[in-house]
Amino acid sequence: MPETVQTLAPRTLFEKVWDNHVVVEPTGEPTILYIDLQLVHEVTSPQAFEGLRLAGRKLRRPDRHIATVDHNVPTTSVQDRLHIVDQIASAQINALRKNCADFDIEFFDTEAAEQGIVHMIGPELGATKPGMTIVCGDSHTSTHGAFGALAFGIGTSEVEHVMATQTLPQDKPKTFRINIEGELPAGVTAKDIILNIIGRIGTAGATGYAVEYAGSAIRALSMEGRMTICNMSIEAGARAGMIAPDDTTFAYLKGRRFVPAGEQFDLAVAQWRALATDIGATFDRELHIDAATLSPTVTWGTSPGMVTTIDSKVPAITSDLDEADHKSYTRAYEYMDVHPGQPIEDIKVDAVFLGSCTNGRIEDLRAAAKIVNGYKVATTVRAMVVPGSQAVKAQAEEEGLDEVFKSAGFEWREPGCSMCLGMNPDILQPGERCASTSNRNFEGRQGRGGRTHLLSPAMAAAAAITGHLTDVRTWKFNSKT
Amino acid sequence: MIPINIITSTAVPLPLPNIDTDQIIPKQFLKRIERTGYEDFLFYDWRYNLEVPDHVEPRKDFVLNNPAYKGSQILIAEKNFGCGSSREHAAWAINQYGFLAVIAPSFADIFFSNAGKNGIILARLTEAEVETLIQRSTANPKHLITINLEAQTVTDDQGFHATFEMDPFRKHCLLNGLDDIGLTLLHEKNLDDFESKHNTEFWLAPKSKVTA
Repeated sequence: MPETVQTLAPRTLFEKVWDNHVVVEPTGEPTILYIDLQLVHEVTSPQAFEGLRLAGRKLRRPDRHIATVDHNVPTTSVQDRLHIVDQIASAQINALRKNCADFDIEFFDTEAAEQGIVHMIGPELGATKPGMTIVCGDSHTSTHGAFGALAFGIGTSEVEHVMATQTLPQDKPKTFRINIEGELPAGVTAKDIILNIIGRIGTAGATGYAVEYAGSAIRALSMEGRMTICNMSIEAGARAGMIAPDDTTFAYLKGRRFVPAGEQFDLAVAQWRALATDIGATFDRELHIDAATLSPTVTWGTSPGMVTTIDSKVPAITSDLDEADHKSYTRAYEYMDVHPGQPIEDIKVDAVFLGSCTNGRIEDLRAAAKIVNGYKVATTVRAMVVPGSQAVKAQAEEEGLDEVFKSAGFEWREPGCSMCLGMNPDILQPGERCASTSNRNFEGRQGRGGRTHLLSPAMAAAAAITGHLTDVRTWKFNSKT
Repeated sequence: MIPINIITSTAVPLPLPNIDTDQIIPKQFLKRIERTGYEDFLFYDWRYNLEVPDHVEPRKDFVLNNPAYKGSQILIAEKNFGCGSSREHAAWAINQYGFLAVIAPSFADIFFSNAGKNGIILARLTEAEVETLIQRSTANPKHLITINLEAQTVTDDQGFHATFEMDPFRKHCLLNGLDDIGLTLLHEKNLDDFESKHNTEFWLAPKSKVTA
C-alpha cells in the first residue's frame, strides 16, 4: 500500500492530507507542497501562461490540470456564447483556448457537456477526490474540501508556480474544527449554517486556519450541502474548509468519469476512509454550534459577516462592536438603504439570482422549484436561474424544473458564474436590490451601486414570489401541478 | 521582482476596515490578459464619478484624487485589508499605481501572498498605531513615514516608532527580489523523487484511467 497510515500521534484530516503532500521542508523556508490538481479558468490564468512563455518554462504536468470557461461567458443564450459581443471578454476566452492547446491541457469549452463553473465540474467529473490537494486561481476553491481534499484559492503568480512545478511553497495553517451537532429545523439549510458561522466568527475569524466542519448536522448533509458550506470558508477568512469523506462522499463519487472503477474503487475507498480525523487528534481552535438553534439567515449589509435571521430586524450598532465595525455598519446602512430596527421581511427586492458555485447545484434548484411551484414571480421582480453547470442544467430539464421556473416567470439561463460577480453582462443597476444565493455582498459586487442580500435557494425563490425577503418556514407549498 | 528595503514617503490614509478586492479593483477590469496597466483602475468605483454614462470624472472627495497625496508610496488602511477574491489584479493595481507598502492591523490571507509575490511590503501594526498614522497623514498630507524592511520598523519624524513582524523567508525574498519558482526549482531532485513515488498513489490522480 502506498501510504504510511500508522504514525504515533493522532492526526486531523487536514494533517493527513498535508503530510502526504510534503515534497521537502527546506530549513527556514515554507514547505513545498505537491499539488494533485489545478483547475484553470479564463480570468486568472492568461498572465500565468504568459509568465511561463517569457521564462521559457514548460507546464510540468498537463495531466494534473483541467480547464473551462465560467466567469466571463454570457448566460443569455447559446448564440450569445458562441458570438460574444464583449471583445475583451472574448479575447480572454480565446486566450484560454489557445493556451490549453499550446500546453496540452484538457479544456471544456463553452458548449461542452462538461462545461460549468470550475467548482461545479471538478466534483461532477470526479476529478475532485478525497485526500487530494487542489488549487485554482479562485478563492472559492475551498468548495472541493467537501470531499476531504485540501483545496484553496491562489493568485495568478501561484497559478504560474503550480504550472511550472506542480508544487506551491506554503506555510502550514493552524487547524480549526467547527462542530455542528443535532438536527436542522425545517427550512434551515447548509447556506444558513455557513452564514451563521460567518456572522459568529466574522469575515476574518478563520484567517490563518484550515477549517474542518464536523458533527452530526454536517454528516447528515448531502454532498451539495457540504460543498455550499466549504465554498464559503473564504468568507470567514479561511483559505480551506474540509469535511471528512464518508459513505455519502463515496456514493457521490462512484461511477463518475475520473473515479476509479471496480476493485480499484474499493481500494480507493479504503484509503479515503482512513483520512478522517483520528480520535484524540487536537485542533488549535474549536467551536460548537447546536443545529437546533439555527434559523433561516440573510445578510443585511455589505459584508458576509453582517447577517441576521429572517424573523428579526436590521441590527443596531451595539457596544460590543469596535470602532472600525462602527464605521462599517454606518456605511452599510447607507449603501444598502436600510435602517436599524427595520424588519428584515419588510425589505423589498428588485431582482433574484439563483445560481453560483455556492448554490447552483441540482439540490438547490430542486429546493427552489418546490417553493416556486404553482406561483408567479412578483411583477416588480426580475428573477433568473443560472444552473452552475451543463450537467446541472440537463438534469434539471430532465426533471422538468426548468418548466416550473419558466412558467412562474423566471429566466432560465445557460451555465456560468453570471451575476455572482457580474463579469459578464448579468449585473444589477445602481440602487437595485437583489436576493442572491451567491457568496459575496460587497459594495458593487453584483454591479456598481447594486445591493445584495445573501440567502439560501429556497429563501431566494420565496423572495421572487412575494417581492420581499420572506420566511420560508411559513411557506404554503402547492401540491404538484 | 525588484528588491525593496527602505521606503520614505507620504502616505495615503484610507480609514476603513474590510476593504475587499472588489473595491480595490472591480471585476470589469479582470477581463484583460495583460499583467500591466491596472493603475488607472485602482479603487475605481470610489475614485471616479460614474453617474454620467461614458463620462468618467475623478471624485474630488476621494483621497487618491487629492493632489497633496500625489506620489505617495504607502497606503494605510484598517483591519482585514484585501479580503474577498483571489484576484492578483488587486496587488498589481496597488503596485502599478505606485504603492510599495500597505500598513494595516491585519490582511486577508490570499491578498497577503499575492502582495508578497509582487514585491509589496505589508506592515502589520496595532490598531492604535495605525490610527495614529492615519490621523497624522490625514491632518498633514506631507507627513513622511519611513518603513525599514531590514529593521522591520515604521517611523516618522514626530517620534512615532513601531515594529512589525515579518516571516524571515518572505523578508529575504523581498529584500533580494527573489523569484519563487526559481527557488522551488532548486529542489527539483526532491520533487522528481517525490513525484515518482506519488504517481503510484492512483487514488490521488485527478484523471484516473484505471478500469475494473
